[in-house]
Amino acid sequence: MNQVGRSIPRLEVRAKVTGRADYTHHLRLPGMLYGKVFRSTVPHGRIRSIDTQAAKELAGVYGVFTGADIQKLIPEPYYGPAFHDQPILALDKVRHVGEPVAVVLAGDPHIADQAVQLISAEYDEIPAIYDEVEAMQPDILVHDILRPAGTFADLKHLKGRGNTNIALDYHLRRGDAEAALAGAEHVFEHTFKTQQCLHLAFEPFVSVAEPGENALIIYTANQSPSFVRIEIARLFGWPENRVRVKVPFLGGGFGGKLYIKLEALVAALAMLVRRPVKIALTMEEQFYMITKHPTTFRIKSGVAKDGRIVARTCQVHWNGGAYADIGPRVAQKSGFTAAGPYDIDNISIDSYELYSNRTPAGALRGFGVPQLVWAFESHTDLIARELGIDPVQFRRKNLLRNGRPHASGTVLHDAAITEVFDSLVARMGWDKPFERGSGTVRRGRGIAIGLKAVISPTTSVAIVNISADGSATLYTGTVDMGQGSDTAFALIVGEVLGIEAEKVRVVHSDTDVTPYDMGTLGSRSLYHMGNAVRLAAEDARVKLRALAAEAGLPEGTNYPPEEIFKKRYGMQAGNAIGTASFVPSYKPPDPQTGQSDNVTPFWMVGGSGVEVEVDTETGQVRVLRLVNAADCGKPINPGVARAQLSGAAIMQLGFTLSEAMHLDGGQVTNASLADYKIPGIGDIPPMENELVTAEQHSGPFGAKGLGESGTFGVSPAIANAIHDAVGVRVMELPITAEAVLRALRAKAGRPLDEE
Amino acid sequence: MTARIINFTLNGQKVSTAIEPHRNLVELLQRFDLFGARESCGQGLCGCCTVLVDGKAVSGCLYFAIWADGKEVATVEHLDAGGALSKVQQAFIDCGAFQCGFCTPGFVLMTHQLLEAHPDPSDDDIRDYLNGNLCRCGAYPEIIEAVKRAAKAT
Repeated sequence: MNQVGRSIPRLEVRAKVTGRADYTHHLRLPGMLYGKVFRSTVPHGRIRSIDTQAAKELAGVYGVFTGADIQKLIPEPYYGPAFHDQPILALDKVRHVGEPVAVVLAGDPHIADQAVQLISAEYDEIPAIYDEVEAMQPDILVHDILRPAGTFADLKHLKGRGNTNIALDYHLRRGDAEAALAGAEHVFEHTFKTQQCLHLAFEPFVSVAEPGENALIIYTANQSPSFVRIEIARLFGWPENRVRVKVPFLGGGFGGKLYIKLEALVAALAMLVRRPVKIALTMEEQFYMITKHPTTFRIKSGVAKDGRIVARTCQVHWNGGAYADIGPRVAQKSGFTAAGPYDIDNISIDSYELYSNRTPAGALRGFGVPQLVWAFESHTDLIARELGIDPVQFRRKNLLRNGRPHASGTVLHDAAITEVFDSLVARMGWDKPFERGSGTVRRGRGIAIGLKAVISPTTSVAIVNISADGSATLYTGTVDMGQGSDTAFALIVGEVLGIEAEKVRVVHSDTDVTPYDMGTLGSRSLYHMGNAVRLAAEDARVKLRALAAEAGLPEGTNYPPEEIFKKRYGMQAGNAIGTASFVPSYKPPDPQTGQSDNVTPFWMVGGSGVEVEVDTETGQVRVLRLVNAADCGKPINPGVARAQLSGAAIMQLGFTLSEAMHLDGGQVTNASLADYKIPGIGDIPPMENELVTAEQHSGPFGAKGLGESGTFGVSPAIANAIHDAVGVRVMELPITAEAVLRALRAKAGRPLDEE
Repeated sequence: MTARIINFTLNGQKVSTAIEPHRNLVELLQRFDLFGARESCGQGLCGCCTVLVDGKAVSGCLYFAIWADGKEVATVEHLDAGGALSKVQQAFIDCGAFQCGFCTPGFVLMTHQLLEAHPDPSDDDIRDYLNGNLCRCGAYPEIIEAVKRAAKAT
């Protein structure tokens, strides 16, 4: 029976509905100490003093630790995936409100919490910078010097650079955009902005470190256990095999729980006190850990008389906050798709990752692409309206098609842009008459589509073990945080070995056991790990055939595995172990022009169509219908795939209509679910989610990643629909009722007062 | 703070323990190795810590442990005590009504309470009743479907 393509429930459903699924959140170890973090109250300042005396004296406190204590253990306690810029605890300087400055350890977390209130610190405050465009000027410097990690060849030129907040500047040049703009019939220019928001996984950040003999075990809610192992080993100057990282299920990740978050801190503390240490953040503290980049995107297009876009220039400023995290990769790897899924001969992109005195920004479901699509699809819609061309017709004229070169110079293959777009248009019934409302309640509709390239180059390794009774076990470092990766891989193993997916055992990340994986991020797992799993299962089958030959069985006979083992070893014994590494081919882009003929192994395509109702008296927007479509290649588990598409769109709905971190003097003033509004069950419009089936020829059984595609089109489709309904354009996320009302009143010549 | 002895019924069993008055119900349950109620937002807004006390849903993060004295406390773990899943749990599986699963026990318990009040709930009943439970993975459409399926599966 074919396994791939079956819609099956996740393997772990029973554990999840009975409350017995294993999360790091629950972990308790004998002798464990709980850490609570004392955080900076100023956005930018030199630390003058930290007074921990009163905290140390509180009964039940085991110890209080500052950056100086960490430095006794780790002289260079700076970590990060792209830059080694983030201290485990602040050393000379604090760079954002909420930055960890000291930690209290106690056997009871309530006592640790109480002791944190007894700590005080004095700072010499430095003026702070919050805006990504202002940060281009070196008037206020967040870091004195750039410290790129040695691992990335293309960041080496930044080493030692000072007098700048630009962590990375990325440039792409194709054709001659300036000349083409000068010669274009029409030129349009707009600037769009996005807000700072965050992942808010319901299992907040949590890590536990347990020191052992010549080893350190880290139990953590993390999406990239292999990276954690390598980075912790680097910090301690150890070989990788002294660090063991174990990850059970995650209570949500969304790109937040990547790279190092609490792991270096618990590791250092556990080594200092030689006891297990657990740090579990509160929901409020998550607002000071990692966020989504605010952006300012200036986009300019030249359009020929016949409606073809002939030139586009893009300047994207990414507000990376106080520490680089993976921001430079976002600026670059998503930056090159900033011109959108359009066939444009002349393109220029400048993408800048900026330091500022905000909570750091990293990857959040889309790796920067939703911010880009927000801008280029709003812009594209504005052009169409200005030219009096139907937005669907205008897009259709300009969409990039397979076989044509993308802005990066890579010829597009296996990207179902046209198919996704056609499916949206058909579902929306774009050609049919549309009821536009009357009086104070008006209706409109909008459409938007985005394109993303998977991050490259990255590696995944898998092991498939066939036991002597024929049962199969998969060892994979992919972290199942709800996306259903365990189940998808079980289907792939089942397909190759001819067994039911439900009978395949999937062993969760444990770096002593599961082999390397770059990380569960950027929709890469199904493709990269999926290919590794397929190859490992095939390798296991080859090993099994070798056993059959050793047992003297004739080639080509179809003995069941358990018979082969029994014939070979005389009893139920032995294993057939298959392994495989998968790393797709890749050509790095030219550093000057960003051109490469092989910039990514696969493209993701996602779009949305919406119908909205706008109350012209209040600015209230109601989404009446949300249609999402995405290229999913050939789905491995269609039911779960559809839920991914739907969940991504719902998450983006929050980022579009309500979610925003509000700052006052660098302090987040709405750091709770009471004041930071995420979508609830009452906020979900009628939705349709369409998996556009295509084939990713290089993917496992034709599949590709899908976890982010549902986010791409939602925000601009809504802005476009609002414009369609009431003729005003919102240029900045989130699209609150206030923003719409302000735009309506400005258009009517009766602008509302600021504040 | 001094611990106090409390006696209560936990998932049908009479139990007794000493607990300090500042601890909440989630911490109390963890002492009994019950982890289905999870503290997430800490403000009674997300529903991840939902527990039934005398048959009524409460937020375990806001409910002092000592208030459980003399009460009947039921957690998600009681639903399959006999080995079989409840019809709500089965419906959540059949409809794929969760992704990461962290909020799921809260939704499952709240759905049981919803179906007691509204055996045949409308969409509005469901949205109204489950408005205090949040799901960051956005499995809401599947959750609504699961509630309806559970209602039919009597």
